[in-house]
Amino acid sequence: MKVTITVNGTTHESDVEPRTLLVQYVRESLGLTGTNIGCDTSSCGACSLHLNGESVKSCTVLAVQADGGTVTTIEGLAKDGVMHPMQQAFMENHGLQCGYCTPGMVMAAIGLLNENPSPTEEQVRIGLEGNLCRCTGYHNIVKSVLACANNK
Amino acid sequence: MAGSILGNRVLRKEDPKFLTTGGVYVDDLLDEPALQGALHVTYVRSTVAHGVITSIDTSDAASMPGIIAVLTGKDLGLEFVPSAYNPAATRTLLATDKVRFVGEPIAAIVSNTREQGEDAIDAVVIDYDVLPALIDLEEAMASTTLLYEACGSNVVFDSMVLGLPDNTGDAYFADCEVVAKGRFLNQRVAPCPLEVRGAAASWGKDGRLTEWLSTQHAQGAVAPIAAANGIDASMVHVKTPDVGGGFGAKIGAYPEELLLGVIAKRVGKAVRWRETRSESMVGLGHGRAQLQYVTIGGKRDGTVTHYQLWAIQDSGSWVDMGTILAPFMTRPMSSGVYAIPNIECRTTSVVTNTTPTVAYRGAGRPEATAAIERAMDIFALEIGMDAVEVRRKNLIPKFMTPHTTVVGQTYDVGDYETSLNKVLDAADYKGWRAKQKVARDSGATKQIGIGVSVYVEITGGVGNGESAKVEIQDNGHALIYTGTSPHGQGHATSWAMLANEQTGIPIENIELVWGDTDLVPIGTGTMGSRSLQQGGNAVFAVAAELVNKAKSVAARLLEASEEDIVLDKDAGSFHVAGTPAVAKTWADLAVAEKQSGGLVHSDVINVSGATFPFGAHVAVVEVDVETGKVTHIAHTACDDAGKVLNPMLLEGQIHGGVAQGVAQALLEEVCYDPDGNPITSNLADYAFISAAELPSVTVVHMETPTPINLIGAKGIGESGTIGSTPSVQSAVVDAVSQFGVKHIDMPTTAEKVWAAIQSAR
Repeated sequence: MKVTITVNGTTHESDVEPRTLLVQYVRESLGLTGTNIGCDTSSCGACSLHLNGESVKSCTVLAVQADGGTVTTIEGLAKDGVMHPMQQAFMENHGLQCGYCTPGMVMAAIGLLNENPSPTEEQVRIGLEGNLCRCTGYHNIVKSVLACANNK
Repeated sequence: MAGSILGNRVLRKEDPKFLTTGGVYVDDLLDEPALQGALHVTYVRSTVAHGVITSIDTSDAASMPGIIAVLTGKDLGLEFVPSAYNPAATRTLLATDKVRFVGEPIAAIVSNTREQGEDAIDAVVIDYDVLPALIDLEEAMASTTLLYEACGSNVVFDSMVLGLPDNTGDAYFADCEVVAKGRFLNQRVAPCPLEVRGAAASWGKDGRLTEWLSTQHAQGAVAPIAAANGIDASMVHVKTPDVGGGFGAKIGAYPEELLLGVIAKRVGKAVRWRETRSESMVGLGHGRAQLQYVTIGGKRDGTVTHYQLWAIQDSGSWVDMGTILAPFMTRPMSSGVYAIPNIECRTTSVVTNTTPTVAYRGAGRPEATAAIERAMDIFALEIGMDAVEVRRKNLIPKFMTPHTTVVGQTYDVGDYETSLNKVLDAADYKGWRAKQKVARDSGATKQIGIGVSVYVEITGGVGNGESAKVEIQDNGHALIYTGTSPHGQGHATSWAMLANEQTGIPIENIELVWGDTDLVPIGTGTMGSRSLQQGGNAVFAVAAELVNKAKSVAARLLEASEEDIVLDKDAGSFHVAGTPAVAKTWADLAVAEKQSGGLVHSDVINVSGATFPFGAHVAVVEVDVETGKVTHIAHTACDDAGKVLNPMLLEGQIHGGVAQGVAQALLEEVCYDPDGNPITSNLADYAFISAAELPSVTVVHMETPTPINLIGAKGIGESGTIGSTPSVQSAVVDAVSQFGVKHIDMPTTAEKVWAAIQSAR
């Protein structure tokens, strides 16, 4: 099936199988491997990206559902070599270790602040419940998100 | 002169990449020239827990679209290979005669796309004569149905074969005023690195096999890959891309990985393999899985005089590393932080029809700690004394020279009481006890529980040193080659800090090379909290020696005596003492040495033994006594890892360790039905801990340097896991002890807590 999807500012016209997931599309068709796959039950959130401005788990969206849409992945966040404030906050607060959950976590965290710009710690914890991390114990991820919220 | 970089909160060099483009994990190697056109491997796995394979029909699958080959163990001519820990147990890397767990690989499908391989799985028809599935440990011990007939028993390793005595039973406690007993299950858990297993293999024109592997130890994979492919180790090149977590489960190479070269050779093309999460939950090794019979005895004044532990370790269906963690990690640490004059500890490892067990964050020490800490709690409950006071009364007093426990384990240095005092203060232990009393007195629905643990563990017990090479490039930048294998620990930053301390080269000009067995042939990888104390230590020593080499080169160039040459670390240059105007930079020296092999030094730096980090944790939970629901509301950890290199990284290790420890105490457990079907085989069913179930962690600093290595550091990778689990479990029991509850096995789910309250009331 033909789809037209704008990813990180570039419009791509592609032919995809109906069953192709959005995460497979960005990784395999476009070579944007920053978005990772961590499970097969939409539980871990490693594949989180933004579709039409909202954080989604891209293993739960078919590529054809994104037809005509706008996608932002981790590769599209930094502008002119300057990291997005959330990326910067993760770096400054040691919000990542192995890095595998990180792209999805950053995208989900930005989505969280879009909906609630001044969350409490508890709201951050509940808001990120769908994004799993095995390395950080979430402590510094939560700290990063709160730091980013407070810097705005 | 600027101050030392050591001990500072230096941000990670590796982060910008992970944060902007993401890491390059094995499944991201899309541009790798040798993997262009690579085929995909998908494994067909056993759907029965125990059975004899009577037939495998691959014909329908082989004719499906995009399928290049469907290969069984017989097709590949696989031979039986013995376990390293019990040679009577043998298996083929794809099951040919018997299957022993759900998930065991039986055939390999090779296809053009990954989806085509997955589509073909169900078309491979396998018939079995089903055998009784042995899931329960004690049932497996007693059963006449054997997983490995040649072993003569399902007991595949026992500490008695090491010449250690059997436990003597209740007679051991004849002189004790008080005796308390427990049967504790240290349940099976899944390591769950966020990146599942994956690998790729390609044969070069030179006949060498290159394998890209998501591993904690590339050098350790060379020999088994060579053996599986029937080639000399010199013909194997293992490369480690970024690795998305390991936690011990990626130390050893698995059958699915060892076979890729064999499959690639058969189909004449490079191959890739990446498992799904559902496969990973049954194929990647599990951790813990130890049943403990504990008896503790002593005096009514709180003095513990006797302790007996029988640790029955579930090996799973293969005699893998999990088998030997009980005798070689749990047993030596059975005394914990306590001066107990009489200890008996027997370990028995048993095969069952479950996923094989391997090392998982802590690997044998969490089990030892949980056993002795629960024992202390039930002893305290028995004599009606505060559990903290019982601990305090029995602690090994502070020692700054080696201390040997009655089980024969020598600890380097220890100051357990100080760590206990620090954590009690920081956690406001007394304040929580007061709040607990208010809640109890009012009969509130939500009751408070407070749990305390004090622990000591072994780190750097694997390997007795590490390789390091530091090489100066023409531009004055440095390359560090290390035998450790970072997968989240931040070695690129830490090792650069250590080299900077010696050389003055800015850390942004220092790059790390690891996990490539051609570039770093000697290495023991990252496991057992060894990296800083062995790998970092080696970098520190080798960089110092390189400075000496550089001084001799500078002396030659400056026509001066070597003793008169000084290194100005701020300027990154060498000069004769007193005449800094005439100087040679690192780049000058590297260029000068270009013709004579370069400015480089490498060595393997040994250390004299393991180190024994220690600490204490306080957990506070709230338990809804009507539903049994537990909420972990506060956690305070004092973990003494000796000299701290980068407090930010240390805290990160503690946070992550605590989360995994809490996960075991509260939530996570791998479960099987009675027929051996896994019922927690994806992340929807397995209770992987999330941010919503954890509090922030208060970290209390304490530094007692070890004399074992140059930098005074001990390991910190696993301490948080070891200390946290018993404190949280203890807190849950404490919350409901007022109803007469003495013990609740982990995970302390709402169901179990509610049931414990009901049966005690």
